[in-house]
Amino acid sequence: MTLAIEAHGLTKRFGSTQALAGIDLEVEQGTILGVLGPNGAGKTTAVRILATLITPDSGTARVAGYDVVKDPREVRRSIGLTGQYASVDEDLTGVQNLVMIGRLLGLSSRGAKARAAELLAEFDLAEAGSRLAKTYSGGMRRRLDLAASLIGRPSVVYLDEPTTGLDPAKRDDVWNMVRSLVRQGTTVLLTTQYLEEADALANVITVIDHGLVIAHDTPQGLKRQVGGQTLEVRPLSVSDLGAVRGMLAAVGTREPEQPAPDLLSVPVADSSALDYVVRQLADARIPVAELALRLPSLDEVFYSLTGGAASGSAPADSAPILQEV
Amino acid sequence: MTTATLTRPVPSAIPEQASRGPLAGLNDTFVLARRTVTKMLRNPEQFIDVSLQPVIMTTIFVFIFGGAVAGDTHAYLQFLLPGLIVQTIMFTSMTIGVNLNTDISKGVFDRFRSLPIARSAPLMGAVAGDIVRHLIAITVSLVFGMILGFRVQTDWMHVALAIVMIIVFAVSLCWTSVFVGMLARSSGAVQGLSFLIVFPLTFGSSTYVPASTLPDWLQSWVAINPVTHVIDAMRGLLLGESAMPVGTTLGGELLWVLGSCVVLVGVFFPLAMWAYRRKI
Ligand SMILES: Nc1ncnc2c1ncn2[C@@H]1O[C@H](COP(=O)(O)OP(=O)(O)OP(=O)(O)O)[C@@H](O)[C@H]1O
Ligand SMILES: [Mg+2]
Repeated sequence: MTLAIEAHGLTKRFGSTQALAGIDLEVEQGTILGVLGPNGAGKTTAVRILATLITPDSGTARVAGYDVVKDPREVRRSIGLTGQYASVDEDLTGVQNLVMIGRLLGLSSRGAKARAAELLAEFDLAEAGSRLAKTYSGGMRRRLDLAASLIGRPSVVYLDEPTTGLDPAKRDDVWNMVRSLVRQGTTVLLTTQYLEEADALANVITVIDHGLVIAHDTPQGLKRQVGGQTLEVRPLSVSDLGAVRGMLAAVGTREPEQPAPDLLSVPVADSSALDYVVRQLADARIPVAELALRLPSLDEVFYSLTGGAASGSAPADSAPILQEV
Repeated sequence: MTTATLTRPVPSAIPEQASRGPLAGLNDTFVLARRTVTKMLRNPEQFIDVSLQPVIMTTIFVFIFGGAVAGDTHAYLQFLLPGLIVQTIMFTSMTIGVNLNTDISKGVFDRFRSLPIARSAPLMGAVAGDIVRHLIAITVSLVFGMILGFRVQTDWMHVALAIVMIIVFAVSLCWTSVFVGMLARSSGAVQGLSFLIVFPLTFGSSTYVPASTLPDWLQSWVAINPVTHVIDAMRGLLLGESAMPVGTTLGGELLWVLGSCVVLVGVFFPLAMWAYRRKI
C-alpha cells in the first residue's frame, strides 16, 4: 500500500499549551482518514502542519511524497485545504473568489472561469455566484470554501470539520462529495467531532486527545472497542413494551434497559440487529413511535478509550469528560 | 502489512507548471493586486479620505497661510502644491498597513499560504494594487490645484516623470507601513504608528516653507530627509529647475530619490516579510 500522508512524532507547543505531544498519522492513498477528537485535541494544529501553514517543533511529515518542512512548495501543489473557519474573501463574489484561486494556481483566465462555474454548480451555488460572499449564509460560505479547495484537483484534501454548521441535507451533500472525491482517487484527511461522521465516511479513524493518539482503528474495530451501538425502540403504546423487550433481548449483547418509561434500549453487536427487529415488529404488527440504531456519543467513546484515567480525563459521573485544555 | 512511502510524487492536477516559469510571480502579484483593487472599488468610502484630504489641505494652507508666508496666495500655491502632492501620497501609503492588518486576520490568508505561490505574493499584490489609490490621490491633488490656479511650468513629459517618480516613492514607502501592519496587534495601533513615521518625514521637510528659512537644527534633518529630495524633484519636474533650492539639480535630486527608494525597499521589504512570517 502507498501512503499519501505519513507523519511521525509531530509535536507543537503554543506558549504553555502542548497542542501536539507526538502524534503519528498514516493515510493510504485513495482512502479517507477520520481524525476524531474533542475541542482542543490538536486536530486543527495537525492539519495546519500537514498543510504547511505552520512547522512542527519536532517530528516529520510527508505528504504526496514530499516533506512538509523541506519541500513545502511541492506539498502545496498537491493539497487542497478547507480550514475550520471559512477562508473565503468576503468582499469578493463567489465567482471572483474561485477565479482568483484558479488564476493563482496557474489556470488561464478562461480555464479559471470554467472551473469556477463547474464547482459552483456542483456545490449548489450557481445562483449565488455573482453575490458577495459576505451575503452568504454560514453553510454557503463553507461550501464555497470547499469548492475553493478543490479548484486545482488536489490529490490530497484536508477537511477540518467540514460539516460543522451545515444542515442535515447539506451535510449529506458534503458527505457525497467526499465519497466521490475518493472514488476519483483523492486521499482525504477529515477531522470531526462526530463519531457518526467518521463512521459514515472514514476507512480508518485516528482518535486524538490532548495532542496524543489514543486509538487508531477501522470504524468497526473502534465501535467494538468502545461497546458498539445501541438499538432503541419506543412503541406507540406502552402495552407493547413486554413484547418489544422480548425481541430486543434476542438480539442484544446484554439485557434490555428502560431509560424512559416508554423507551427500551439494548446494546447490539452490529446493524443486522436492526433489520431483525424491524421484521419482528412488522410481523407482530406493533406500531412504533421511534426506532433507532445509535452510535456511542463522542463522550462515551472517549470515556471508554481513556477509561477516565489514561489522559487525565475527568471521572465518570456527569462532569464533562471532554474539556478544552 | 507492507507499507511504502511514495517516493515518486503523485502527479499533480495543477496544470503542468510550464506556465509557472519566472513570470508566475508576476502573474500572482497581478492577480492579487486585482483583488485589492476590486475590494477598493467595492468600498468607495476608502476613496473619500484619499480624495478629500488633498482638497482640504490645499484649501487650508493656501488661503490661511498663503498671504503670510508668500505674500500672495497664487505664488504660495505654486510653491506648495508639489509638496502637498508628496504629503498626500505619504498618507495614502500608510493606509496599506491598516488594511493588511485587518485583512490578514481573516481566513483568506490561510488559503493563500496553502497555495503554491510565493510567500510574498499577497503582500506584493496589496502594494501593487494600491498604485490605483495613489493615482487617484495624485489626480485629485493636481486637478484641484489647477482649479485653484496652479500652473505647470514644464511639459507633459516632465509631468509624467513626476507621476512615475512619486508612485515609485509611494510603493517603496508602503513597505514601512506593511512592516508596521505586520508588527502591530490591532489596526488602530497601526494607524498611530504610521503617523509617527509620516509626521517627522512630511513636516520636517520643505513642504510648507523653503528649507533655508528653518532653524539650523531643523535644517540638518531636512537636508537628509528623503522627502525633501522628493519634493525638490517634484518642484523641478512641475515648475522647472529654477524653482528648486539653490545648489540642487533635477538629476541630482532624482538620484537621491532613487537611492532612498532602494534603501527603503532594501530595509523594509525583508523586515515586512520577516514580520509577516512571524505573525501567521
Ligand atoms: N495559534 C495558537 N496560539 C496559542 N494556542 C493555540 C494556537 N493554536 C492552537 N492553540 C491551542 O492548542 C490546542 C489545540 O488546538 P487545536 O485548534 O489544534 O484543537 P482542535 O482539536 O482543532 O479543537 P476544535 O475542535 O475546538 O477545533 C488548544 O488548546 C488551543 O488553545
Ligand atoms: Mg479545530
